[in-house]
Amino acid sequence: MTEPQLRFRDDEVVSDPAVTVDSFGDQSNATAVRIEPGDDARALLPHLDRLRLIEVNFPAYTDGRGYSAARILREAGYTGELRAVGDVLIDQLSNMKRCGFDSFAPDHPLNEADAKAALDCWPDVYQATTDGRTPIWTKRHG
Amino acid sequence: MYKYDTYDQAMVDARVAEFRDQVRRRLDGSLTEEQFRPLRLMNGLYLQLHAYMLRVAVPYGTLSSAQMRMLGDIADKYDRGYGHFTTRQNIQYNWIKLEDAGDLLADLASVEMHAIQTSGNCIRNISSDQYAGAAAEELVDPRPYAELLRQWSSFHPEFMYLPRKFKIAVIASETDRAAMKLHDIGIKLVKNDAGEIGAQFYVGGGMGRTPMIAPMIREFVPLDQLITYAEACLRVYNRYGRRDNKYKARIKILVHEIGADEYARQAEEEFAHLLGQGVEPPIAELERIKTYFQDPPFEAGAPDTLDRSDPDFALWVDRNCVTHKQPGYISATISLKPVGGIPGDASADQIRLMADLARDYSFDECRVTHAQNIVLPHVRKADLYVLWQKLDAAGLGAANLDRIGDIIACPGLDYCSLANARSIPIAQKISERFAAQEKQDAIGEMKLKISGCINACGHHHAGHIGILGVDKKGVENYQLLLGGSEGEDTSLGKITGPGFDEEGIVDAVEKAADVYLANKQGEERFLDTYRRIGIDPFKEAIYD
Ligand code: SF4
Repeated sequence: MTEPQLRFRDDEVVSDPAVTVDSFGDQSNATAVRIEPGDDARALLPHLDRLRLIEVNFPAYTDGRGYSAARILREAGYTGELRAVGDVLIDQLSNMKRCGFDSFAPDHPLNEADAKAALDCWPDVYQATTDGRTPIWTKRHG
Repeated sequence: MYKYDTYDQAMVDARVAEFRDQVRRRLDGSLTEEQFRPLRLMNGLYLQLHAYMLRVAVPYGTLSSAQMRMLGDIADKYDRGYGHFTTRQNIQYNWIKLEDAGDLLADLASVEMHAIQTSGNCIRNISSDQYAGAAAEELVDPRPYAELLRQWSSFHPEFMYLPRKFKIAVIASETDRAAMKLHDIGIKLVKNDAGEIGAQFYVGGGMGRTPMIAPMIREFVPLDQLITYAEACLRVYNRYGRRDNKYKARIKILVHEIGADEYARQAEEEFAHLLGQGVEPPIAELERIKTYFQDPPFEAGAPDTLDRSDPDFALWVDRNCVTHKQPGYISATISLKPVGGIPGDASADQIRLMADLARDYSFDECRVTHAQNIVLPHVRKADLYVLWQKLDAAGLGAANLDRIGDIIACPGLDYCSLANARSIPIAQKISERFAAQEKQDAIGEMKLKISGCINACGHHHAGHIGILGVDKKGVENYQLLLGGSEGEDTSLGKITGPGFDEEGIVDAVEKAADVYLANKQGEERFLDTYRRIGIDPFKEAIYD
């Protein structure tokens, strides 16, 4: 497990080791899994009810596959912890949060004040995601 | 045209604040250049050979006169008095200081403009038909759909780190003036048998080193599912587009490798899933946007005739103006291609003049074309002569739209750090070689396009005549391509053979033009003759 630096959940931090997607199917008691960019997040959908932590690895911040993985999991109703790990930087935080991540374990610790400012940057959003924010489109049309 | 409401304005203002903060963190060293690079790119800031270049988004090429005037003022204030209109219907400035970038973006925001996503591996500025809302044969004005897509794609949380950049074009006429099938997604608005308007999706077109014409992926997407379908297309690409090789990362490679049918199937599956996710904006939003694109108050019964007694004026009208849907009006193109000039360049004074003319003669609106010219879409015929006199006096009266002098050229080695060869001097030499009016007239419609490297920003694949700059053992060398087209009859040009040096390529263009003139039948254009007789007669003449 990678210790999260930022976490937006009230429940207890899951401390189980996260297994790979490949080995997850065989380990019927595993409650934490780590997704790599090439993994298909949909392979986890049959098992969401027993998962408490899903880590999504960003080996390089420029590889955006993890954003789709996160949304797919949330769209399928996953409510456990969704943690971005790896090359997680200040300026990706708000998009990650919009895609459903609720905890962040960056390789290199982030400046907390800059991180907070980045997360608070957007007064509104255009798109609908599962993060609960009301898109501008909906606000315009009450 | 579209006007920001408080939401749109707040988003752009937030972006300016965010970018100022990023620049601060870059200057104080808490961001490395490596980390800063994608952030500045998403704000349109490139590091070029000599300085930073800033690219400003002109959504679907439409500008108000206030916006155009600001573009002129920015050229004076932050650049060296010039702006460069690009093949993406944008404008870029080649001499920007990093310290100034925040102020420049704030100036843009004050006229509802920005540089958001004009670079980087994200969804870029949406392009469209320069005659939208004015063209005689269009089904609907495509711009409300482009605006809806602009909002959807702005700061899209899932699609900021795609495998590669992503370009979308929207058209609504049979005549394709936006090279729609050479985009990552090309959307054509169509009417189905039930008389409803919907969107036809073409996915996987593009230029660059592997040019491809986009196949149709879906014949008809209902308008209340437009965004959902686009989202599905992008998600499949984000997940499965190649990331192992930058040159194979565009969506065209994915579509090509798995096949259009398989791509369509995957998009369809994702679409079916997303339909249940509520990502579609309310249809009322499209209706709201449409209200901004209603016809300007045309004068009913405006005189529909022109006094053509001045031959220079008559020539300009014939070359540069096209029929308008409203009797008594015309759409006029201001050519930014004077003989020997830099294609797409305009001085700050010229930009401000065009802004004034848009205000006085075209209902406050002008357009940037992908051929790097400016259109005044709605000019009263009765005003046309006065307008032309003002343009002519300012060096903006070139009568060469779609003629051999109307060359598209990328910045090339004069500015661009990726270039293999210079483009601008080649364009200048060709336009000088063919400066004589009789010569241009004889050759007729001709789309000549020049890129300074394989990335094809100058669209050389889609030129009737295309020129590609390559590096041959450290020396600039130019390949000649023939037979490309970006229109509704999209085709890709073929390389004639070995390349040429700077003088040689200009001669080769002239020889190709001579082959056309010798073989032309009836009203054939260069492209038609080429298609009829094939490349061989051209090769013979060029390499004899
Ligand atoms: S085609 Fe090549 S040289 Fe020209 S602007 Fe694009 S990257 Fe630069």
